[in-house]
Amino acid sequence: MDYPKQYRYTKEHEWVALDGATAKIGITDFAQQQLGDIVFAELPAVGTVLHPGQAFATVESVKAVSEVFAPVEGTVAAVNAELAQHPERLNSHPHDTWLITATVSHPSAVNQLMDAAAYQRFLAAQDSSDASAH
Amino acid sequence: MVPFGGWDMPVEYSGILAEHRAVRERAGLFDVSHMGEISIQGREALDLVQFVTCNDASRLHLDQCQYSGLMSPEGTFVDDLVVNKFTDRHYWLIVNAANRERDFEHICQHNHFDAQVVNVSEGYTQLAVQGPATVKILQPLTPVALSPIRYYHFTIGKLLGVECIISRTGYTGEDGFELYFDPEHSEHVWNGIVDAGQTAGLLPCGLGARNTLRMEAGMALYGHEIDTTTTPLEAGLGWITKLGKPDFLGKAVIEQQAEQGLTRKLIGFEMEESGIARDGYAVLHQGQRVGQVTSAGPAPTLSRNIGMAYLPIALCPPGTLIDIQIRTRTARARVVPLPFYKRRA
Repeated sequence: MDYPKQYRYTKEHEWVALDGATAKIGITDFAQQQLGDIVFAELPAVGTVLHPGQAFATVESVKAVSEVFAPVEGTVAAVNAELAQHPERLNSHPHDTWLITATVSHPSAVNQLMDAAAYQRFLAAQDSSDASAH
Repeated sequence: MVPFGGWDMPVEYSGILAEHRAVRERAGLFDVSHMGEISIQGREALDLVQFVTCNDASRLHLDQCQYSGLMSPEGTFVDDLVVNKFTDRHYWLIVNAANRERDFEHICQHNHFDAQVVNVSEGYTQLAVQGPATVKILQPLTPVALSPIRYYHFTIGKLLGVECIISRTGYTGEDGFELYFDPEHSEHVWNGIVDAGQTAGLLPCGLGARNTLRMEAGMALYGHEIDTTTTPLEAGLGWITKLGKPDFLGKAVIEQQAEQGLTRKLIGFEMEESGIARDGYAVLHQGQRVGQVTSAGPAPTLSRNIGMAYLPIALCPPGTLIDIQIRTRTARARVVPLPFYKRRA
């Protein structure tokens, strides 16, 4: 699956799509593959303050529980209500399915995250270090 | 792949939900070669089996299997297992992967009988084919008539040209067979069944689906519902505990428990509020911690979130409301009868 070039990415496998001061935040295709069938997303209340690196949501698959970490500072502006009925969209359309939108305190901070090419290099490096560990 | 009792096992092939559904509606193929087989032979083979297990193996007919527990002197589970009777002097104990060395030593330690105990695990691959389409898929591969083999019975015959123990047993709550054969033929049999099952919709299944399937069926998993701290009565396994048979390991403790009554018991619960319970989460009642979740997660067939836990006996009646501590919040759950899922006869 393609990693959209206009998005930014984190080492914890979140993506951020910035539009002005508003960012959509979701989890990457790699993250959904690792989790397997996603059955539940626990999302924060609108207005929740996001602290970079702190968990703001939980995504659960059949087999695992995974926290989603705030990529940047901000405030939750909206949550994706569709996920209550269709959490599986995080598997089928990970890069089109946002968890929350946030009003970002410092939009420039988003650009300091990895771009698509850097994130894919990061994944490749993870993969080869995994392979050498076995 | 995840390490599982020293084995690298796939958690999923095509996805846990798809695999789970395949087994409930059609068929699934599991590689369960990590299970151990311990052979007990000799003049007093039955006496040894009787002494170390809690079910009554003297009731077994030839070619019959029996679910049972390998008991400690404290009346707790060293393991759970299936006993196969080949002849009056030859039995097999089919045990869990992670326990097989310990089980073997435990049995040897209590072998004061004229019986030989041999760990034959390395000599067998075990594959399980489970689901309503199993007979239809396997029948063309074997001259053995499969339909007449009754539940918890086995026969020996060729399948895909390979000599197999063909046993109508499983760990999914569905009809199906478990096959034991020479590991040399593993790939041949695996591929043969995958091919034969293709049109019927058989899927290879991993440990993930094996766990959700057995959980729905309310079946215990060693290290979760049962271990060296739990007795068969507490685990709801009174039906495999035959106090009428001669002395066996732990019998006195279990008898005493039966007389005095239980203080805690394994129960099933369903989440009433949004949230998924997981293994190890705390169970609360009126704000007090009263137990711990042994296994839990989504139940794909039921579209509910379920779990099992040990609770004080007063909280065990179905309908009792409990709370599950899910990270920083609690979510309401209700005690329900086990199993969660039962196939239509």
